[in-house]
Amino acid sequence: MNRTLMAVAVACVLAVAGCHKKSAPVARPLPSPPPPPTAGGSATSRTPGPPEPVREPAIVPPEPVPSDTIASASLDDLNRNSPLKPVFFELDSSELTGDGQHALDENAAILKRYGNWTVTIEGHCDDRGTAEYNLALGERRAGVARAYLVSLGISADRLRTVSYGKEFPFDPGHDEAAFAKNRRAHFVITAK
Amino acid sequence: MTKFIISAALAVMALQPQTPPASQQTPPPQQPTDIGAVIASDNPGTAPRLAVPDFIALTTDAESLAIAKTIGQVLWDDLNYEREFEFIPRDVYNTIPKATSFADIPFDRWRELNADGVVIGTVQKTANSVRVEVRILNVRTHLPAFAKSYSGSGANPRAFAHTAADEIFQTQRALKGVAQSKLTFASDRDGERMGGTVESRQVKEIYIADYDGENQRRVTVLKTLNTFPRWSPDAKSIAYTSYRRGGGQIFISNIYQGTLEELTKGPTENWLAAWSPDGSKLCVASPRGTSHTNLYVVNRDGSGMRQLTNHASNNTTPTWSPSGAQIAFVSDRTGQPQIYTIGVDGTGFNRLTSDYSDRPTWSPAPYNEIAYSARTGPGFDIRILELATRNVRQLTNGEGTNESPVFAPNGRHVAFTSTRSGKKQIFTVARDGRDLRQVTKTGNNEQPDWK
Repeated sequence: MNRTLMAVAVACVLAVAGCHKKSAPVARPLPSPPPPPTAGGSATSRTPGPPEPVREPAIVPPEPVPSDTIASASLDDLNRNSPLKPVFFELDSSELTGDGQHALDENAAILKRYGNWTVTIEGHCDDRGTAEYNLALGERRAGVARAYLVSLGISADRLRTVSYGKEFPFDPGHDEAAFAKNRRAHFVITAK
Repeated sequence: MTKFIISAALAVMALQPQTPPASQQTPPPQQPTDIGAVIASDNPGTAPRLAVPDFIALTTDAESLAIAKTIGQVLWDDLNYEREFEFIPRDVYNTIPKATSFADIPFDRWRELNADGVVIGTVQKTANSVRVEVRILNVRTHLPAFAKSYSGSGANPRAFAHTAADEIFQTQRALKGVAQSKLTFASDRDGERMGGTVESRQVKEIYIADYDGENQRRVTVLKTLNTFPRWSPDAKSIAYTSYRRGGGQIFISNIYQGTLEELTKGPTENWLAAWSPDGSKLCVASPRGTSHTNLYVVNRDGSGMRQLTNHASNNTTPTWSPSGAQIAFVSDRTGQPQIYTIGVDGTGFNRLTSDYSDRPTWSPAPYNEIAYSARTGPGFDIRILELATRNVRQLTNGEGTNESPVFAPNGRHVAFTSTRSGKKQIFTVARDGRDLRQVTKTGNNEQPDWK
C-alpha cells in the first residue's frame, strides 16, 4: 500500500515537472559573480577580457535501473502473462516428466524470489475422461506439482490446490496437440 | 384387482388436486359415482387402445381454447411416453364428430376405430382460475374408468395434463408416472463470464426443466462454475458442486425457498454429492489434503463427516442403492476407472466391471441396475448392468460421446449428456434404447439428474 502511494506520488511529481519543461525553461543560469580582485594588477584588472564562457555541466541521464515489472504488475497482468510456467502431463497420468520438473524448478526459483506470493495450483485435464473422474485426476496433478515445490523448500502454506477437471481447457480443440496443452497444472498468483 | 382400482380411484378423487394448487373448493358437478374397472384391450396381453381428442372448451374465449388445445396435446404426449397404451392416430380425429360435452360423445365411431377407451376433457374458465375435468370412458360400456377435476391457474396448462397423466398411470396401470417429474442440469447457455483476478472463464449455472424439456428455468445465480446437480429425494432441494469459494464445495439450493446452504467448507475440496434415499445424508468425494480422492458420508446439516473408502487411488462419483445400504462408485485402483460397490458401513467391497467404466448411477426400485459411461472408442457410451445377472446392455452406439446417465424416477427411462448434435445436450431414452429425445438445445447442457 505504502509503496503504491509512493509510486503514485513520484509519478505525479514527474508529471508536473514534465509539463513545466515543455512549456518554459525551468530557470535561467545566473550571471557568474564578478571575479575576485587580483592583487597588483589593478590596471589590467579593469581591462575587459574576453567573455567568460558560461557552462553548465550537462546532466547525464541516469543509468536505467531495470525496474521490477514482475513485482509492480497487478495480479491480473501477472496472471495474464505469468512468470510461473504450466506443467504438462501425459494422458491419464499425474507423473512429472523431465520438462515438468524443469518448469517446477524455475517456478520454485521465482516463488523464492517473491516470498510474499501465494499461489493456487489448478489441476486440469483433457476432455477424453468423464467430467466426474477428471476432478480426481486434476487434483492429483495439482497435488503432485505442489508436493514437488514443497520438496524444493516452498512453504506449503503458500500453495493451494484446486481441480477443475476438464471444465477450462487451455485449447478448445479436439486433437492430440490440444489435449496435450490441456493436461496441465496451471499456476495462478492469488496474493502478493 | 378391479376392486383395488375402484377404491384407488375413489381415494384419488377424495384428495384435493395436488398441482395445480387447489384454489377453488366448489364440488365438481355431475361427477360420475360409478367409476368402473380399468380400460383393457380386447386381446389380453396387449395395451389398451385410447383416443385422446382435443379437450372441449366450455368457455369459448381464446384463452380457454388455447388451454384446451395444449392440455389435450400434452396429455397425449405424457400418456404415450411410457408405452402403456396404444393410440388412435391423431390424423383420423377430424373424421369423428367433435363432442361438445360428456353427454354427446360419439362412442360408436370410436368403437369402429377399435378404441378401447376415449379420454375426454373439458376446460372452463372461472372468475380467477381454470377448471379442467378429465374422464376416460369405456367405449363399449360408456362407463368412466377415470374421472377427475382440477382447478388452478391457467398460466401453465401443461401442469394440468402432467397431473392427470400421472394419476391415469397410477389408477389404470398401477404405474408411477414421471409426467410431473423434473430434470436438473448444468448449463453455460447464458454466456456469462466469471469476474475475478484470474482470467475470463465461462460460468455454468444450475437449471431445471420439466421431464419433456419444457419450462427450463435457472435456479442459481452464483456466477461461477456450478456442476453435478443432484435432486434431494423430496425434489425440493438441489445439491451441487460450486466453485464459489475458490475450490469445489457442495452447496444446497432450496429452490422453493430461495435459500442457499454450504454443506462443506474448505480448505480441502468436496465434489459430486449424492443424496441417500431418505435424504438424511450425502456422500461426497474429497482428496482431504492427499493426492488421492476418497468417499465421505456427511449428515444433511454438514455434521458428522466420516470416511467411507480409504485407498491410495481415486475413489469418486458415489451413487446410493435404493435401500440406502450400499454405495456404487468409481475407483482407478487397478490403473483405470472401474465400478465397485461398498456397504455404507464400509464392508462388502465388490468389483462390477472389467472394461474402462465410469460414472455409475443406481436405478430406483424395482429395477436393480447400474447405468454408467463405458469408454468404447474416442468417447463413451451408456451401458446398463443388471446386478442380479451381471448382464450388460448398451443404450448408445458411438453417436458423439454419451456420459452422465441417470434414471427417471420410475426407472423406465434414462437421461444423459451427448455431443451427437454438436454441443453437449441432454437426451432421454427408454430403458430399452428406443424413443430417443433431445430435451435441451441452447448452449451446453450436461450432467442431468431426474426426480
